[in-house]
Amino acid sequence: MLRRLASRRFSPVKQAVQYDESYYLASQWQLIWRKFRRHRLAMVSALVIIFLYSMAIFPEFYSVNDHHKRHVKYAKAPPNTIRFLDAEGNFHLQPFIYDMTQELDMDTLKRNYTDDTSRRYPLRFFVRGLPYKLLGLIETDIHLVGVDEPAVFFPFGSDELGRDLFSRTMHASRISLSIGFLGMVSSFCLGCLFGGISGYFGGSVDIVVQRVIEFLVSIPQIPLMMALAAAFPPEWSSVQVYFGFTIVLAVVNWPQLARAVRGKLLELREADFVMAARISNMGDMNIIVKHLLPSFASFLIVVLSLSVPGMILAETALSFLQIGIRPPAVSWGVLLQDAQNIRSLSQSPWLLIPGLFVIVTVLAFNFLGDGLRDAADPYKQ
Amino acid sequence: MKSYVFQRLVYMVFLLWLVSIVTFVIIELPPGDYLSTYISRLEQAGQDLSDEEVDRLRAQYGLDLPTTLRYFRWFGQVLRGEFGFSFDWQQPVRDIIGERLALTFTIAILSAVFTFAVAIPIGIYSATHQYSLVDYIVSFVGFIGLAIPNFMLALIMLYIAWKSYGLNLTGLFSPEYLDAPWNLAKIGDLMLHLPIPIIVVGTAGTAGMIRVLRGTLLDELNKQYVITARSKGVGEVKLLFKYPVRVALNPIVSGLAWLFPALISSGTITAWVLGLPTAGPMMVRALITQDTFLSATLLMFVTILTVIGTTVSDILLVVVDPRIRMERTAN
Repeated sequence: MLRRLASRRFSPVKQAVQYDESYYLASQWQLIWRKFRRHRLAMVSALVIIFLYSMAIFPEFYSVNDHHKRHVKYAKAPPNTIRFLDAEGNFHLQPFIYDMTQELDMDTLKRNYTDDTSRRYPLRFFVRGLPYKLLGLIETDIHLVGVDEPAVFFPFGSDELGRDLFSRTMHASRISLSIGFLGMVSSFCLGCLFGGISGYFGGSVDIVVQRVIEFLVSIPQIPLMMALAAAFPPEWSSVQVYFGFTIVLAVVNWPQLARAVRGKLLELREADFVMAARISNMGDMNIIVKHLLPSFASFLIVVLSLSVPGMILAETALSFLQIGIRPPAVSWGVLLQDAQNIRSLSQSPWLLIPGLFVIVTVLAFNFLGDGLRDAADPYKQ
Repeated sequence: MKSYVFQRLVYMVFLLWLVSIVTFVIIELPPGDYLSTYISRLEQAGQDLSDEEVDRLRAQYGLDLPTTLRYFRWFGQVLRGEFGFSFDWQQPVRDIIGERLALTFTIAILSAVFTFAVAIPIGIYSATHQYSLVDYIVSFVGFIGLAIPNFMLALIMLYIAWKSYGLNLTGLFSPEYLDAPWNLAKIGDLMLHLPIPIIVVGTAGTAGMIRVLRGTLLDELNKQYVITARSKGVGEVKLLFKYPVRVALNPIVSGLAWLFPALISSGTITAWVLGLPTAGPMMVRALITQDTFLSATLLMFVTILTVIGTTVSDILLVVVDPRIRMERTAN
């Protein structure tokens, strides 16, 4: 859809006229970059993805509170309202929050929170707080935002145990986003291996590999992954479960990649430009490095970027069902476990916020993949 | 044509045999064997087993045999319709899965019907009305549909129904029909509860299908045969449905093969959230409690039915598309 949208809006025919000499001198990758830059939605998505991964790399910097700490006074607290106007109606340039006080409704046993308007707590940026190690190496205590004690800032509210959902979401992004990436890399390795074998040898090897792939594709993915992930021994540590899960993702997802790799290899092998290179007496190695790899690489980037969202969704779904990542490790799916029934959902709908991150990530990867697909073939008008 | 169908059926039998191997691997996969799980359960319940008793059980389940022999033993049992014993339910697996599998496939098939019924008209409309308001809305909703995890969609729908109508839409039956025998009233009650799971399960597939149909149809609409037909004075509606739509439906028919596994997958999670009595939640529970025979048998049946679905869609594709018929039946 987007490809068409883009190609109509930025009609390539018109642009061809405008191209100056640099267009004809540009290398393939420069052309790809030019075309990609014109795809605005994909550009925005790329920025969103960079931002999300910065969360995954520096969750401590973004988080407001210790994500394991239980604030007993603030169990199931709703998100703080960030204000500019105080209770008297005065405007403050620096945004602030009010501290919340808890009241237990004795009839419904529901906790009600009211804002304590006696004191304002301005949001301070790049504030010093809980010490942590940046990337596990550099010791620091600077956080993006924070408020003065004794108030506690809950941008996304808190869960049943009074843990800050915002900080937990930030920390969860580390597992959720990296597992998508690692799963993609490992199924890519398997996919290239088997797809390559299949495409290179051809004949009966090809038929066998293709049949195996067809078979694996026909097993419903989620039940298969569930069965594999549930086989992890209960005494495994979070790290072992994490890597085990990556392997499960790879095992279940490589067939699609292998199929794509093989198809593209076969297509490229017969392509005219490869034939032309062969006729002009170019060596095999040269053909592979100079012609096959570049066209193949751009294709692979597209396939890979489109395969990440599926993995993230799978991790979320399995962790949600309590078969994937195990607490105390947090992923978006683990956080969503709290929102499993209608009762807790109707009382604290903010527990669904981690799901928004899943949606945004998946959308961004899809748009990025779309943009890359257009850009990958820069000569196509 | 006949030889192709025959060939495909033979291949299906081969696939089903592969399914049995995968299932067996999954039964064998968890650390420790199911007997030790069973014994530890009994010990937790305060029962002690003597060593002779354990040995007898080991021999009964064939745990003293090498893996390959165990496989053939198990395979023979499966062929006779014995799938082992569910420790969690304290019943033979065979007795507890039937109704759940039937409901699972009812939902999957109805979701497929929903997907087609919604995706095909909308896909055609948005391709013929490119860049219209409806087209933009459909594309936007479609992308959101692809990106929202199924279980979240289910949760959101539950939440909205609860907040605005005070309805609790979980389950497949109202409480009074839960244990009632099947009759017309119970079926009617089921019909009331089915739409939510069907919509939730079908959404992702619908979004994808609209996207594919719109893309292919737009390509086809610009082809010369359309211009030729138009210049000969064929009416727009007749033209549209006689040529380009037929061609554009092709990827959808071949997509049936993956649609089915996808529907089963998304059905599993949706059913968990909505508390539906289908195979999905049963399997999740069996996996959590390490009730290996039950979970593996469920996986096996779900896969078997998917393989059958795939075969049917392959044969259907040959029936629908003359080009593929020529190519496939030639060799």
